[in-house]
Amino acid sequence: MGKRVEVNITVPNQTKYLGMIGKIGESLAHSLVNYRGDRSELAYHLNVVLTEAMTNAICHANACDPNKEIRVSISVSDRDLKIKVFDQGSGFDIEKLAKLKVEKTAEGGRGIQIIFKLMDDVQYLKHGQGNVLEMTKRLH
Amino acid sequence: MQLNIVEQGDIVKIEIQEERMDAHNSGDLKEQMLQLFDEGKCHLIINLAAVRFVDSSGLGALVSGFKNASARDGSLKLCCLQPQVRSMFELTRLHRVFEIFATIEEALDSF
Repeated sequence: MGKRVEVNITVPNQTKYLGMIGKIGESLAHSLVNYRGDRSELAYHLNVVLTEAMTNAICHANACDPNKEIRVSISVSDRDLKIKVFDQGSGFDIEKLAKLKVEKTAEGGRGIQIIFKLMDDVQYLKHGQGNVLEMTKRLH
Repeated sequence: MQLNIVEQGDIVKIEIQEERMDAHNSGDLKEQMLQLFDEGKCHLIINLAAVRFVDSSGLGALVSGFKNASARDGSLKLCCLQPQVRSMFELTRLHRVFEIFATIEEALDSF
């Protein structure tokens, strides 16, 4: 992959699409010709990040409303890989969630923190009537 | 979620027969474990050999089982983690919470 690639997908607000979107992220990682790092590890991490971001959008931002949709955009250049997950919810304080101390036996609260650990830059911004979670991974 | 559940004395072995554990299917495992706890079965081994992918929801379901087993003086142990699944436990430091064994035999011997 030498040129810029962009993939845009829109799915219903349902968790049954998590595996499909995760696999697309893995396939993209394996198609990166110039990536010199651990390709399998990157593929797995993209699967994790896409799954966590979509779960957050489906179950929290969009409150499991089956009438809503999730839009995912993945773009790859030689320099970096950007994932955007758009929700139609009222938003949340991502910095607060990222810094929240998760008790070791807490059942939830790890999703956003996993995203911050695996990606180089994470931002949650207002977008139209909803929000977009933008996550960037440097490739070099 | 496809689960194979086998009782061996006081111990219940739960084999996850799925490639993925995520927000779509982890609730099934949680419910199944709660049913076992209600029946007084609180010594569990979760065999993750078939699982290639786990997210925070899957980890959360296992933590739920761990807490419920511990609250009943039981235990929940894990075995047969694939390397990338183990990496998720390490990323979230949950490898310090669970007893994790390389094989089902080692997990059984630990009771």
